[in-house]
Amino acid sequence: MGRQDGPGFPKVTAGPLQAPLPGVRSGQEALGRLVESHQALGWVMVTPALALLAVFLAYPFALGVWLSFTDSRIASPGRFVGLENFRYLAGDGVFRLTVLNTLLYAGVAVVLKFVLGFALALLVNREFRGKRFVRAAMLLPWIVPTSLSALVFYWIYDSQFSVLTWVLRAAGLVDRPINYLGDPNLARAALIAANVWRGVPFFAIGLLAGLQTVPRELYEAAAMDGAGPWSRFRWITWPLIMPVAVVVTVFSTIMTVGDFQLIWIVTKGGPANATHLFGTLAYQRAVQGGFLGEGAAVAVFVLPVLVACVAVAYRTLRRED
Amino acid sequence: MTRGVARLLTFQLPLAAFLVFLLFPFYWMLVTALKPNRDLYNLALNPLWTWSPTLDHLRRLLWETHFLPWMKNTLVISVGATALSLATSLLAAYAIGRLRFRGSGVLGIAIFLTYLVPPVILFIPLSRIVSGLGLWDRPAALVLTYPTFLVPFCVWLLLGYFRTIPQELEDCARVDGASRLQVMRYVTFPLALPGILSCLIFAFTLSWNEYLYALVFLSSTDQKTVPVGLATELVTGDVFQWGPLMAGALLGSVPVALAYSFFVEHYVAALTGALKE
Repeated sequence: MGRQDGPGFPKVTAGPLQAPLPGVRSGQEALGRLVESHQALGWVMVTPALALLAVFLAYPFALGVWLSFTDSRIASPGRFVGLENFRYLAGDGVFRLTVLNTLLYAGVAVVLKFVLGFALALLVNREFRGKRFVRAAMLLPWIVPTSLSALVFYWIYDSQFSVLTWVLRAAGLVDRPINYLGDPNLARAALIAANVWRGVPFFAIGLLAGLQTVPRELYEAAAMDGAGPWSRFRWITWPLIMPVAVVVTVFSTIMTVGDFQLIWIVTKGGPANATHLFGTLAYQRAVQGGFLGEGAAVAVFVLPVLVACVAVAYRTLRRED
Repeated sequence: MTRGVARLLTFQLPLAAFLVFLLFPFYWMLVTALKPNRDLYNLALNPLWTWSPTLDHLRRLLWETHFLPWMKNTLVISVGATALSLATSLLAAYAIGRLRFRGSGVLGIAIFLTYLVPPVILFIPLSRIVSGLGLWDRPAALVLTYPTFLVPFCVWLLLGYFRTIPQELEDCARVDGASRLQVMRYVTFPLALPGILSCLIFAFTLSWNEYLYALVFLSSTDQKTVPVGLATELVTGDVFQWGPLMAGALLGSVPVALAYSFFVEHYVAALTGALKE
């Protein structure tokens, strides 16, 4: 089908499928020609989605990078200050702590989610009574609003009435209340546990989908050749689910590094800034403090992680092909 | 006998441990929501059970907080954002997957990459754009910004579904005299219905659960959504209202849990389909 870039083309971009333009007859003909041309129709149909993404994603993305080079405040547009924000952040103890926190939080949480999610996927990847129920129920932590489950964890970690402390006490392991969110390391562990709770189902369901694509005959053939469980896993399961494992891990890493709501609801970055991630620190500096430029500079630090993850995924998956 | 023991140790016990770990917070929500205050803050009692359940917390939540308006706001915003995202994604995915115009391949990859951009990078500049457009503190701010993470996901998912529909079906309809719009309306879109349903559920739950944009772009109490309203208005200083809070967490989870339970197959298909593409 031929290309068509007639002069009437831009006029109809706003509403491609609406009534024909005024001037009925020629308008209808133009519409008819437009609809039959792959080139024109294609662009017309992607325009609404592209417009949304351009205005509310691409533009703010660029604006965010620009803001990180300015001294903008909430009320003032600000001016270009070069690398000033980054220089300031490099000497800022709270920001340096945030970088370490992010590495610790994402590193530990993603590894735990992978290990536990994989274990769960292996457990439910077989026939048993109640399989449907278990598979549906295990996804619940992933589908309910994180802010609401974060509130439950806030309550579970309460310094006085924590149910965890009650259980530990009943077991005779502790004899006084534990202030989970008052101690930096306990608070970090508490948040990692909550993040793992929410993320395990995602890994489990993703890896389960991968496991189900492995043909059963391969295992039977390997067993016939005398392969034990470990070598079957090492040489059949693992290579075949590698691509899914990489994709799930990359998604989860990006989401964990960019986490906001769990931290903000449970600790607000405290105690003593011990649990800040880039998102919460950026919110504190930009929205609460009013320093938009500085906040944007903090948020921009998520970018290298993003790029690195995509690069790793791309290279691994391409090698697989 | 030993097989039974082995099964218990390698399968039943670990699975039970996982279920307790994953489901306990929901049980805790429920127990807290039903427990009278005198039990809730009494350390001598076993906290895992109550002998005198009460609906007081629920009553307070519904009639003495803005919970019902928050539910309504969340519903309106989620439906609006889902409808907008689905409509635009359907058109875009059909164009990219089926029309194969010049640049469609690059567009597909570009849209997928936008899916990876986390909201924490965008919320600061977006706050400026939202106020510049006069949308501050209005539901429209969220209806227009949620598609930034919904559209990439839906397009990507629908692309996969369109790929499974044989081109010949469309060609046959064309030979029989159907126009391209009729082909879309009567052949392709109905066949892609499972994919459309998956997008619908996924987009709805993602909108319902969103927190950061709702926190930043909405400020007055009666405009808030459930996730933000509960966490900001009921956690007031040192006075925690754990009963109403947990009742709210439970009720606020119900719509997504319902949508999920009715369409669990579609939900899982959406999640795994998006991963495998």
